[in-house]
Amino acid sequence: MIFASALGEDLARALLQGMPPGAVYALIAIGFVLAYKTSGVFNLAFGAQAYVSAALYFQARQEWDWGILPALLVSVFLLAPALGLILERLIFRHLRTSSSVAKLVVAIGLTVAIPSLFDVVVGFSPVAGQTPTGIIPGGANVFYQPFGVYAFSRDELMAMGLAVVAMLGLAALFRFSAIGLQMRAVVESPRMTELNGIQADRVSAFSWALSSVFAGLAGVLIAPRFNTLAAPDFFNLVVVAIAAAAVGRLMSLPRALAGGLGLGVFIALANTFLPAWAEAHPILAPIQENVAPAVPFLVLFALLVLWPAVRTTKEQADPLSGVDPPPPSLASRERSSGLTVATRVFAVVFFLTVGFVVFTRADVNWLFLITQSVILSTIFLSITVITGLAGQISLCQGTFAAIGGFTVFQLSDRYGTSALVAALIGAVVASACGALLSLPIRRLGGVWVAIATLAFAFFFDAVMVKLPWVGGGGTSLLQGTRVPRPTIGPWDLGDDKAFLVLALVVFVITSLAVIQIREGTIGRTLRALRGSELASQSIGISPARSRVLAFALSGFIAGIGGAMLSMQQENVNYTLNFSPFAALFWLVLVVSLGSRTVEGAAQAGAAYALFEAIVLRGAVFGWILRSADRIPGIFPISPKWRFIIFGLGTIQFARHPEGLVEFNTRRAHRRTEALLARLRRPGAAPPPEPDVPEAKEVVP
Amino acid sequence: MTPILELRNVSAGYGPFHALFDVCLSVQPGEAVALLGANGVGKTTLARAATGLIVPTEGSVWVDGVDMTGVAPFRFARAGVAHAPEGRSVFATLTVEENLRLSFRQSKGRRGVGAALDQAFSQFPLLARRRPMLAGNLSGGEQRMLSMARVLVEAPRLLVADELSLGLAPIIVDEIYHDLARLRSEGTALLIVEQRISHALALCDRVVLLEHGTVIWEGPTDGAEARVVAKIFDHSAGEEPPC
Repeated sequence: MIFASALGEDLARALLQGMPPGAVYALIAIGFVLAYKTSGVFNLAFGAQAYVSAALYFQARQEWDWGILPALLVSVFLLAPALGLILERLIFRHLRTSSSVAKLVVAIGLTVAIPSLFDVVVGFSPVAGQTPTGIIPGGANVFYQPFGVYAFSRDELMAMGLAVVAMLGLAALFRFSAIGLQMRAVVESPRMTELNGIQADRVSAFSWALSSVFAGLAGVLIAPRFNTLAAPDFFNLVVVAIAAAAVGRLMSLPRALAGGLGLGVFIALANTFLPAWAEAHPILAPIQENVAPAVPFLVLFALLVLWPAVRTTKEQADPLSGVDPPPPSLASRERSSGLTVATRVFAVVFFLTVGFVVFTRADVNWLFLITQSVILSTIFLSITVITGLAGQISLCQGTFAAIGGFTVFQLSDRYGTSALVAALIGAVVASACGALLSLPIRRLGGVWVAIATLAFAFFFDAVMVKLPWVGGGGTSLLQGTRVPRPTIGPWDLGDDKAFLVLALVVFVITSLAVIQIREGTIGRTLRALRGSELASQSIGISPARSRVLAFALSGFIAGIGGAMLSMQQENVNYTLNFSPFAALFWLVLVVSLGSRTVEGAAQAGAAYALFEAIVLRGAVFGWILRSADRIPGIFPISPKWRFIIFGLGTIQFARHPEGLVEFNTRRAHRRTEALLARLRRPGAAPPPEPDVPEAKEVVP
Repeated sequence: MTPILELRNVSAGYGPFHALFDVCLSVQPGEAVALLGANGVGKTTLARAATGLIVPTEGSVWVDGVDMTGVAPFRFARAGVAHAPEGRSVFATLTVEENLRLSFRQSKGRRGVGAALDQAFSQFPLLARRRPMLAGNLSGGEQRMLSMARVLVEAPRLLVADELSLGLAPIIVDEIYHDLARLRSEGTALLIVEQRISHALALCDRVVLLEHGTVIWEGPTDGAEARVVAKIFDHSAGEEPPC
């Protein structure tokens, strides 16, 4: 015993105890800094990349009985760089000159897709309670106790050592090597780098291979911390580690290391002293019980809001960005009036036909799924407002929707309030939460808004949901968060068909409102801010006010949608419907299909709710072959394919940032116009398609 | 003689927007050509097409008799075609020294970087004093100086200089044109995109006039100033394009 007092011993133990997790945060934070400095990507997919290497290492060691070295070589030094190179070639090469926000969306898509793809291809399935082993023999069982108050395992010492070595090695790479300099230059302007005679593609590929190796190595080292190897745990760890990376503004490796270790120690101190203080001072008990699990997210949020370096971070624009063509306007604005009329007539006929089939032929299951798709489309319109119109990435739309759902649950459960009135109140509450959240983050830019909203979503998930006055507390464990179906006078909307009508009415009203917002003053203001914040301010537009308004509107729409979804399922079903991870998936889907239009949101809603039933369970074959018995035997396909296909949809986003729906609509309009022109003048040569020849591909 | 740069019937633009139409232009080794015209006539687009930054939708770009159409910009640079783009043309997040190192490492090799740095700093003592500063924190004139230092130490075979005088004080513009003249005397061919007619005409042998994305006139610079001014401000020149 080398410490004189109990307090000193507690303090020392907390300090030492915090170092190993701090080293893990530091490793991830260094990986973030590495990826950001070398590719300009805020790589939320770091956790997914780490998971893949860790899972292959685990599979090779545990299932295939490989030795440590071959398993490490294949998982970290073969698979990881190969994955990095594939991602660079297929996706990030096309996004090099895109905004950091666009890159973030793609990284989120990969977060969703990569683990599922790996699990399906390798046939990996995590076994509960099977703890992964590290790369050092006896890593988890051999301990060293240098100061007599805390014993470090070999794995922990390895992680701490590697964090320091990685920081020093990478700092040297950036400081002294030519490739380090080139990687930084490519991030700022690939074209200007090329004007210096440097092949930007090759530099970029190297960057991705390097950062992927680092992710793989971090994954294998981190894995022994988990009882079960599962991708969401890696993602949660990544979110915590963002705080450490934020300390270094995503640019400083030493600060990322210090931030990681500091975060680990801070959490250990909170865990050590809060329970004791709460015992001595009962007033602290609720904080100890509820806030402790959310300390990392609170730290992250506080850092983003209060750390001046983060607030003042501005994305460095590529001086040659003028080479890129301007973003296209909406396809609906470019089409001729005749085609507009024809499109609307077709849409009316199509929806009437679908409606007739649904209301006369659909069974309970299909009615449920179709209603769900309509409600999800309403929720996704909130993403249309915040992302499509305001250009902000919000990763807490699921939380706003959950607030709507929980409000209905609480008001109807406690006070017997009418479900519809409660839904409207829920939307207002969600709207107020959106406005309140946007106040502290109104000065943040780019990816930091997304990260702050993610921190809020995780805080809600870790703390708020468990509170009795939100998620019902212990009551919900026994009874669930029950939500009644509404009644309006004589109409009981408990009936599935009647509720579908209500969902359609809400969706149509919300859609019209969103179109009105888009085409009105608010929409023009938001578009102006997206174009140039400085120019907008010079004509009297307040960015902060507009952002608060966008968050409030978006929160309202998500809230009403969340309330509707809870009423439909007669339960809030928070984990299934509104968890932060689910909300990430929403964003990927809506942005890939088209975040600027109602059509994009509607198709995203339909895809989310119906894809699994129609495609993965083979219902489409049942319809074609006119019998469910004739569905081929390969169905049902693993539901993981939904994550894979939609997540990889971001590859299309990389090529068509306006979204697939807009891209296809524009192409269909062009072809239809060409066809109509040919029909009007049978002898005339067809007009060129497209009207201006596309630029040819650049040959490296 | 094979031109160092030749654009044959080049049309180019940005997505659905066309900026150049059927442009022909050539630059002989050692020749200095001024590319003039009012705002928005396609001068910058032509400079970008000439160095591979944008790929022509029609026509072809030749360097030293080799078809380089659709080839990545780094191959133009390696073929000796340097491009000083308009506006900020330095890496703002790198220091002054790192900006120079990046260029010299490629052109001079690892061992030549030190000597090239010494040469650059002796030619531009101000840059030596700004050595550890981020290039983004330099003034507009200093940034131009930095981009000229990159070019002057390793003289390219052709320099495409886009609006080098834009937003700079007259004294700095004079210094830059002094440097360009020195480059020219060392044998570098120049394609100068400019709006300061007098500076460009004083330096160059030949002038090419653009309007609405097409070449409307080209000829020797001797005594051409009045004619050039008249053509820029008078759209009814009535002469046929030269190709």
